[in-house]
Amino acid sequence: MALPLFPPDRDPGPDFVGLLRITSSQPDAPARALEALTPVQAPHGTTVVALRYLDGVVMAGDRRATAGNIIAHHAMQKVFPADRFSAVAIAGTAGMAIEMVRLFQVQLEHYEKVEGATLSLEGKANQLAQMVRQHLPLAMQGLAVVPLFAGFDTARLTGRIFNYDVTGGHYEDTDFQATGSGGRDARSTIKLGWREGLGRDDAVDLAIQSLYDAADEDSATGGPDLVRGIYPIIAVVDAAGYREVPEDEVAERFGALIARKQAERAS
Amino acid sequence: MSMPYYVAPEQVMKDRAEYAQKGIARGRSLVATTYDVGIAMVAENPSRSLHKISEIYDRIAFGGVGKYNEYDQLRVAGVRHADTKGYAYSREDVDARSLANLYAQYLGNVFTHEMKPLEVEILVAELGEAQNQLYHIAYEGTITDEDRFAVLGGDAETITERVSAAWQADWDLVTAVKAATTALAGPDRTLAAGDLEVAILTGGNGRRTFRRIDEGELAQLLA
Repeated sequence: MALPLFPPDRDPGPDFVGLLRITSSQPDAPARALEALTPVQAPHGTTVVALRYLDGVVMAGDRRATAGNIIAHHAMQKVFPADRFSAVAIAGTAGMAIEMVRLFQVQLEHYEKVEGATLSLEGKANQLAQMVRQHLPLAMQGLAVVPLFAGFDTARLTGRIFNYDVTGGHYEDTDFQATGSGGRDARSTIKLGWREGLGRDDAVDLAIQSLYDAADEDSATGGPDLVRGIYPIIAVVDAAGYREVPEDEVAERFGALIARKQAERAS
Repeated sequence: MSMPYYVAPEQVMKDRAEYAQKGIARGRSLVATTYDVGIAMVAENPSRSLHKISEIYDRIAFGGVGKYNEYDQLRVAGVRHADTKGYAYSREDVDARSLANLYAQYLGNVFTHEMKPLEVEILVAELGEAQNQLYHIAYEGTITDEDRFAVLGGDAETITERVSAAWQADWDLVTAVKAATTALAGPDRTLAAGDLEVAILTGGNGRRTFRRIDEGELAQLLA
């Protein structure tokens, strides 16, 4: 390994992806070879949601990964910190999605270190859009990745949510968004329960409720796994940064939800 | 065809070294020292935006003195090296030693093969699990490792004497920064918070251990 120094006209600047393109000897994705194959049955991640509340955003995702009708993984992580003030959640082909998140995380930190300043939230959302767009050829082969990006805008002092499609198109949602196979069901629940100025606890409860309902309707979305003790990952991003809601608290809140459902049926 | 004048290699090296030393001596110095829970880096630098001290990776920091554009280019190369390595392998596989070696090779190479040597001295500091490490790399590629403190810059010898006299094992941040500031200032001057750039590597704040100490906080530390 030599010291990565470049003449001014070839310098990739703070762009980590550009740097990899220059330095990496890895071959590009073998899109051609894949054409001949039948669609790959790679594990897919499913439902993720994001909603804005009074101090920031709450982001949550179930833990199931499926490959066709098989459950590929019971405890997959779909919600990740992108940097200190933003989170990214993924739906779609798990392997590609996790790699995209890893690259995105490094890209944000790389920019921050090289430039000595952090990107704006909008800038981060655009960066992610470019990565999704570059992935389009593989998405056409059935290996789509559709992320959800949310963070605390330190300039506007509010939580913001960005939703993506496979072509890299990204659209800002003012209040909430959900994506993945159970996204529609989760969104309906949030739509009914969301109101302006929602508190942190209510927002976490609403996210839990939405994932519960999605798992109820969509076979690819995992519900709470009481036997193994696997619960959705829920993250909160506010002025203090990214934090995961402790697993005990999520378990407790799920317990309360289940108790409420049982009481409703008994009465 | 005209023959170039013969110049003895000793003379060439001596001239280059003199040239580099002169360039470095024009700038202000930097002191890095370990303290009870981390590494503190103190540089005389009135600029708030052109940094002498920066973050390279989770547990690695960079310090440079001399010509700004030259050491800043090396800083960026260091960030690139660390980030690519961490991305290709794992974050744990990024270490200061290999980066310091790369810097040393590069500086040595430029010193012997190029017309003009780099007028810089750099420091790679790593917050270790067991022991902290400070790698000091000179303009001609000489690399030395310290586990107490390192001084970079034109006045290094006199400043080293001053730090050495004040140094205590496991001193706290306030004492360390005050001593470093006094050592940088010398007997005839006093340096205020506005004349200094200070950053630390310390645990307890998650994965990234690098933190700048801003002017307000520094003024409190020095008070």
